[in-house]
Amino acid sequence: MLRVRDLSISIGGQTGFTDIVSSVSFEIGKGEILGLVGESGCGKSMTSLAIMGLLDRAGPWVRTGRVELAGFDVIHSEPYQRVEAGHGGIAMIFQEPMSSLNPVMKIGEQIEEAIAVHQRTPGAKRTLTARELLEMVRIPDAAMQLDAYPHQLSGGMRQRVMIAIALACQPQVLIADEPTTALDVTVQAQILSLLRELCDTLGLSILFITHDLGVVAQLVDRVAVMYAGRVVETATVERIFSAPAHRYTEALLSCLPDAAHRGQRLTTIPGQAARPGQVRQGCTFAPRCRYAVDVCASDAPPDALLPGDHHALCHFPRGVSP
Amino acid sequence: MIEPPILDVRGLSTDYTLRRGGKTVRIQAVKDVSFTLAKREVLGIVGESGCGKTSVGRSIVRLAKPHRGEVYFAGKDIFTAGSEDLRRLRLKIRMVFQDPFASLNPRRSIGDSIAETGDIHGLFDSKADRQRQIQQALTNVGLDSSFAAHFPHELSGGQRQRVGIARAILPAPDVVIADEPVSALDVSVQAQVLNLLADLQAAMGLAMIFISHDLGVVGQISDRVAVMYMGRIVETAPTQDIVDRPLHPYTRTLMAARPKPDPAFRIKAGIEIGEPPSQFEPALGCPYVKRCPLATSQCETADPSLRVIAPGRMAACHNI
Amino acid sequence: MIAATRSFLVPFIRRPVAAAGLGILVCMTAAAILAPILAPYDPSKIEPISRLLPPNAAHWFGTDQFGRDILSRVIYGARLALLIGVGVVSFALITGVPAGVLSALYPRFGRVMMRLIDVLMSFPALLLALGLIVILGRGVSNAILAIGVVYLTTTSRITYGLTLRLRTETYVEAANSMGAGALWTIRKHVLPNLVSPLLVQASFVFAFAQLSAASLDFLGLGAPPEIPSWGNMLAEGRIFITRAPWLLFFPGFAIAITAFSLNLVGDALRDRLDPRFRNMLNGNRR
Repeated sequence: MLRVRDLSISIGGQTGFTDIVSSVSFEIGKGEILGLVGESGCGKSMTSLAIMGLLDRAGPWVRTGRVELAGFDVIHSEPYQRVEAGHGGIAMIFQEPMSSLNPVMKIGEQIEEAIAVHQRTPGAKRTLTARELLEMVRIPDAAMQLDAYPHQLSGGMRQRVMIAIALACQPQVLIADEPTTALDVTVQAQILSLLRELCDTLGLSILFITHDLGVVAQLVDRVAVMYAGRVVETATVERIFSAPAHRYTEALLSCLPDAAHRGQRLTTIPGQAARPGQVRQGCTFAPRCRYAVDVCASDAPPDALLPGDHHALCHFPRGVSP
Repeated sequence: MIEPPILDVRGLSTDYTLRRGGKTVRIQAVKDVSFTLAKREVLGIVGESGCGKTSVGRSIVRLAKPHRGEVYFAGKDIFTAGSEDLRRLRLKIRMVFQDPFASLNPRRSIGDSIAETGDIHGLFDSKADRQRQIQQALTNVGLDSSFAAHFPHELSGGQRQRVGIARAILPAPDVVIADEPVSALDVSVQAQVLNLLADLQAAMGLAMIFISHDLGVVGQISDRVAVMYMGRIVETAPTQDIVDRPLHPYTRTLMAARPKPDPAFRIKAGIEIGEPPSQFEPALGCPYVKRCPLATSQCETADPSLRVIAPGRMAACHNI
Repeated sequence: MIAATRSFLVPFIRRPVAAAGLGILVCMTAAAILAPILAPYDPSKIEPISRLLPPNAAHWFGTDQFGRDILSRVIYGARLALLIGVGVVSFALITGVPAGVLSALYPRFGRVMMRLIDVLMSFPALLLALGLIVILGRGVSNAILAIGVVYLTTTSRITYGLTLRLRTETYVEAANSMGAGALWTIRKHVLPNLVSPLLVQASFVFAFAQLSAASLDFLGLGAPPEIPSWGNMLAEGRIFITRAPWLLFFPGFAIAITAFSLNLVGDALRDRLDPRFRNMLNGNRR
């Protein structure tokens, strides 16, 4: 459904640019949830903005790469061309729903506005559609809530409204950028459950961006792990957690607090996360990797292909005898 | 003989008033909270946003004005202490804040921030002594002593939080109240800071109140956990018991909702557990009644109080 | 000190217009200080023979109705402009900053103080200054005082708002939890963070003070007529506006360019400020 090929995002001019996202590739199938995982500053949000075509002209720019939505080039076309070609397109939800909602407009109006922009629905029918959307995102008393203002809703309800607005665009792909980070765990579980349901019933594809490995394990089908602007590992969620191949993924998983090992020291990753754009030879993770040898510091790691469409950018992926 | 607790909180209630729709509304952030903290003990306080866990910490250091209740530190009531006593108490009970970006003054050097408590109380013998103690504190939290001359914007989030911790242990306190100290940090950095806190706690024999919304993080470092909901403690127990056998239905929901890093526990479509009730309409009975699977008619009318269920375990529920 | 100077100059590097403004102000200050050296004539020397001469080689800016050299008078006028500006800014800061800080830290005092400020602010700026002059009497120092009171209101308001915000910063709370008293908080956390926004405020007050002082002079309520001030020159020359427009043009231009340069400098400094503080500096009275 969505195919990202060799996407590089740079800052600086045409000459003397620095890549902050380099050669990112992944695909999302219909009805699939891909988790894009990484720590802050690894370039995951930048990647999503590029896919949405939301990069500011003055700021970082897409240097190379293609983003295809059902075979349609997204980056090098205008939104209206996408609509004319019959593609609903890509919608996005963010971490903080309050800042994406207009505080002085009723939520019903805001949903209707989205419908008016994206669908040829007569005015009278829009209210009905808005109500259906609110019911679809499981907001109780949907008919009444249409008249509510954003501040009258809880954080979880606001995020549901954001999802409803996103759905009003009839998207094929939904990009969710840390949509539950600001929410309580019990509310988070409900939102994740809703996203799962939308995938199953509408065949929606979701790019789910998060730093929370727990959420990843529970929700997504496949995982792409980012480190310093690169996707270092891609695999099914089962493989990522049972047999991580890249040493960064392995280290990240071992950092998680676990009730079973209470009171023991947590494993940590030494050093500081490399910033994207830091130019270095060889593997970006080499300075922090406990398995690093000379070749890691000098040569860029190959894209190692493991069984089950499992990729890892590593000289010595775990589980492969050299 | 049992050693007396270093901190004894009894019936703490904190209110604050809000203006909403032209009316002044009084909200009980903390309602009748009691617990004790033994020397060298780590008590985790866990709960969702707005449950009052932060207000408990702030009330103990008197940043929030308590409405009712007593807090005894080493046998002395903090709330009735005179200003001189209070100043001394503040050397002994210290806070680590959540946001490592906001809790350091951008215009003061790291060294000045770390030495602030000592400067306020005039504890340094000389400039050289001050410098030596700053460097010692930096070394204790795993930072190079050259950081003293740097400014906050030059540091990463993890490094800033280490500075926040260094500030809380110079001079050495008896109690540290850490309010969500790792919530703003990345997973790999979070592990480093948790290790550091655990190491310092053990090495300095600190008593600690560790406040967090994340049961996993709290479980990692705490000896005992108190679960808060709507301003009350609904369950306290040794950490292992909370993890293995949560009693209160809310604790169970919290445990179940916590995303486990294991794809065997997939989320299913159609989970509805309801949202926390509004703080503006306090319920008559148990605050959890609307979301509770065990609710009976008694829960609608009577607010359960915390009672001993088993040795070391307390819960506020009619149906356990 | 060097670092502070450098950080002050940074906003001007990439903004040639603002840099020009700063340059004009530096020239103006130099002119004021070096007036006895720079001025070609005695500004008060009356020469009836050369009355109302248009600009020429001997008198670049021409002469006035008493034959006094306008260039020399404009240069000496910069002295008074500088004096008024520095005086008003100092007065506004010395009274307004403590009023604002204390009002924010002690709400009960603040309620009274801020209502008082409200009353002062409800008068139009020039009317308030005029009223005070009527009470105090004419003169340079009274003019400074009267204009100072006008800008003490905005300065204390801004300080009040900034301090209220700073007070809720986590690092201020952290200091309180360590047992810091009010004096410590003010010295270590509030004042250092006020420096940049108040510098911006000072540059705007300096500009408005120029205009207010010129207005007072023009109305004959500011500096006494024997002192060469730009406002006085305008007032005296106004009846010759058709016959000898240079009498008005040069002092008028000096006032305008000074105020304009100060505003340019203020804008450049403001844009470097913490964005949270930026909006608070708007709504200054003119």
